[in-house]
Amino acid sequence: MALLQISEPGMSPEPHQRRLAVGIDLGTTHSLVAAVKSGMAEALRDAQDSPLLPSVVRYRETGQIEVGQGALDGAIEDPRNTIVSVKRFMGRGLIDARRHRSPYTFIDSPGMVKLATVAGERSPVEVSAEILRTLRLRAEAALGGELVGAVITVPAYFDDAQRQATKDAARLAGLDVLRLLNEPTAAAIAYGLDHGSEGVYAVYDLGGGTFDISILRLARGVFEVIATGGDTALGGDDFDRRLAEFFVQENALDELSPQDLRRVLMAARRCKEQLSTQGEAVIEASIAGRGLLVTLVSAGQFRAMTADLLDRTLDAVRRALRDSALSLSDVAREVAGVVLVGGSTRMPQVGEALAQLFGKAPLTDLDPDQVVALGAAMQADLLAGNHSGADPDWLLLDVTPLSLGLETMGGLVERIIARNSTIPVARAQEFTTFKEGQTAMALHVVQGERELVADCRSLARFELRGIPPMAAGAARIRVMFQVDADGLLSVTAREQSQGIEASIEVKPSYGLSDDDIARMLKDSFGSADVDMKARALREQQVDADRLLEATQVALEADADLLDAAELDDIGQQMRALRAAARGDDSGLIASVLDALSRSTESFAARRMDRAVRQALAGRRLDDIA
Amino acid sequence: MDFRSKSHFEFLGLPESYQLDLQRLQQAYLRLQAAVHPDRFARAGGAEHRIAMQLATQANEANRTLADPARRAAYLCELHGAPIQAETNTSMSSAFLIEQMGWRESLDEARESKDPAALAGLDRLLCDHRSRLHVEIAQAIDLDHDYPRAADAVRRLMFIDKFGAEVAAAQDTLGA
Repeated sequence: MALLQISEPGMSPEPHQRRLAVGIDLGTTHSLVAAVKSGMAEALRDAQDSPLLPSVVRYRETGQIEVGQGALDGAIEDPRNTIVSVKRFMGRGLIDARRHRSPYTFIDSPGMVKLATVAGERSPVEVSAEILRTLRLRAEAALGGELVGAVITVPAYFDDAQRQATKDAARLAGLDVLRLLNEPTAAAIAYGLDHGSEGVYAVYDLGGGTFDISILRLARGVFEVIATGGDTALGGDDFDRRLAEFFVQENALDELSPQDLRRVLMAARRCKEQLSTQGEAVIEASIAGRGLLVTLVSAGQFRAMTADLLDRTLDAVRRALRDSALSLSDVAREVAGVVLVGGSTRMPQVGEALAQLFGKAPLTDLDPDQVVALGAAMQADLLAGNHSGADPDWLLLDVTPLSLGLETMGGLVERIIARNSTIPVARAQEFTTFKEGQTAMALHVVQGERELVADCRSLARFELRGIPPMAAGAARIRVMFQVDADGLLSVTAREQSQGIEASIEVKPSYGLSDDDIARMLKDSFGSADVDMKARALREQQVDADRLLEATQVALEADADLLDAAELDDIGQQMRALRAAARGDDSGLIASVLDALSRSTESFAARRMDRAVRQALAGRRLDDIA
Repeated sequence: MDFRSKSHFEFLGLPESYQLDLQRLQQAYLRLQAAVHPDRFARAGGAEHRIAMQLATQANEANRTLADPARRAAYLCELHGAPIQAETNTSMSSAFLIEQMGWRESLDEARESKDPAALAGLDRLLCDHRSRLHVEIAQAIDLDHDYPRAADAVRRLMFIDKFGAEVAAAQDTLGA
């Protein structure tokens, strides 16, 4: 075959060389990294043999940054500089951040709040990046090589701002994000592939700070999310807070110092954990000026003081069932199983309430702390291209958790993409001008289910300029919303009545511009400019390798779609890129990279055309079904 | 070659008709997604990934449109020059309007008296009506190719679907 001439000896990647890819569960309370090793997904452990990394980052005066258990140990003595539950602040503004009592000094900043620390102002994105970087290093040490990429999980109910912030944090931590994956969907993968399950499943995921419910249909290797719901500000932390408030009341305490507050919250969590297995437990904490205070709590009291929190999750479950058009009266027959995910589902009242609602005991055979990371690792292994013909194959079809729309006259929301639409999705709507000669139009993108803009979350505001002046109502402005497979939104607006094009495309950025990211990257490398350059070069070499490999694979499968001249052209470009990638001229690599991707554009289109034809002819059905 | 110019039916390789085998639709949709979903091209070059995303988006849109009878019928009418224009064209026969008013009164009464049985009755009534409209639309589109007549029935079907959602919401609030 002609292809063999294109590949130089020793340059093409070994066909079965495993690409190192991991799944990361970036949790509110703790985080995990997992990988598929000899066919099995497993959580990677630290030197102390623990798979769980407390999601805690401590900034020291010395400039040192501690992550994990060591940082957590400092939470009491240094609460202001020890950031716990940072996930709650991802993509959130000052008002949201201040909703709960916490020991931090928040700084208002456009798009997303920042935290004041001894190391300076830190964005939640930077704090999360420290956690991700620690996990990346753990994985690279355990797997013995550089990672090609990671699947990072996010709560299914995360909105666009929270997703974008998570992706930015991964980028900052030096991870190539293969996919943002919804946590319940990741859990379903782990369960579905372990048990070969079929039918409709409900995944109830109550973590440290977030709650998700997803209803999925599993059939012959397809995971189809039918509906999802939840609350990104409800989790085990809130149960701790109720206990802490009870402790404060019982002991008639006034304002707590940040140290005392942290101490009480930690004691409350211990008490909650004990109440999962015993009838009563104590909250025990030393308070400045008062000494050691001890408050006894019974399991019954705890249930009563948190019943409304549990009810909020059950309301979301019912709504998701309705959204998936499942009958509530016959839910026991319609739902094959209920999967529990997240450490907070260890509270017995959760399992009991779900058993009652679904008419069957929930499934708990996989560790609720690990199941999300395991599913993410399986997906990462699949996306990295480690599966050959004999391995199981599957397809994920996920949905948008929240409706997306635009503000219209009178502060009302015009919904453009409805919640629970299967992604990727694109939908357009036409708007018009309302004033004579209007040449610009302000667009306000919002996310949420309410009718009024004021009740929805604002994602972005932008302006379309250069509309040709015409009579009111004559302009036709087409606004297109596109949500990709990661659940991330981009918006395009275009005036199209007169052929004079005014158009704009925005990706909501939440205050972090590319410059911000570049600065943060630079900070994280110290001021060593050389490191930045070395890193940029390395990234370009990785991109070059990836494109070369993808082109090689494409040629092996479909070279017959090209004529001799095209084949020759692509072959030359590949040789040029290979040569450039061996050097250290990143400008040259970029330009040759660009040239090769342009030469393969029409080849890519032809390949996809063939894939579609084959799919419809049913030839690929057996692969997936 | 250019998929965007294909109809949803052509794109999914299905015959263009109102009466549709939903199982076949689901199969064709999943088969197509299995081939074009961006996850299949996670490590591919930019061009392939971008085309995959366009095709997967189109597959989702095609499935959403064809899986729902009212959307499918509206789409067929539009393909054949009889757009529904649900927002501007609200002309309906007086018989249907009178029937509508009757239903609305029944809904209000059932809501007020918190009567789940009455709501269930109303729901059944709408279901029957829906089935009759499906027959009418199938006749108009698949046999007579009379798209303006079909469009008229589709507008009524859309009204019933919307009203049905209100009934379902009322049932939810009653906890039925």
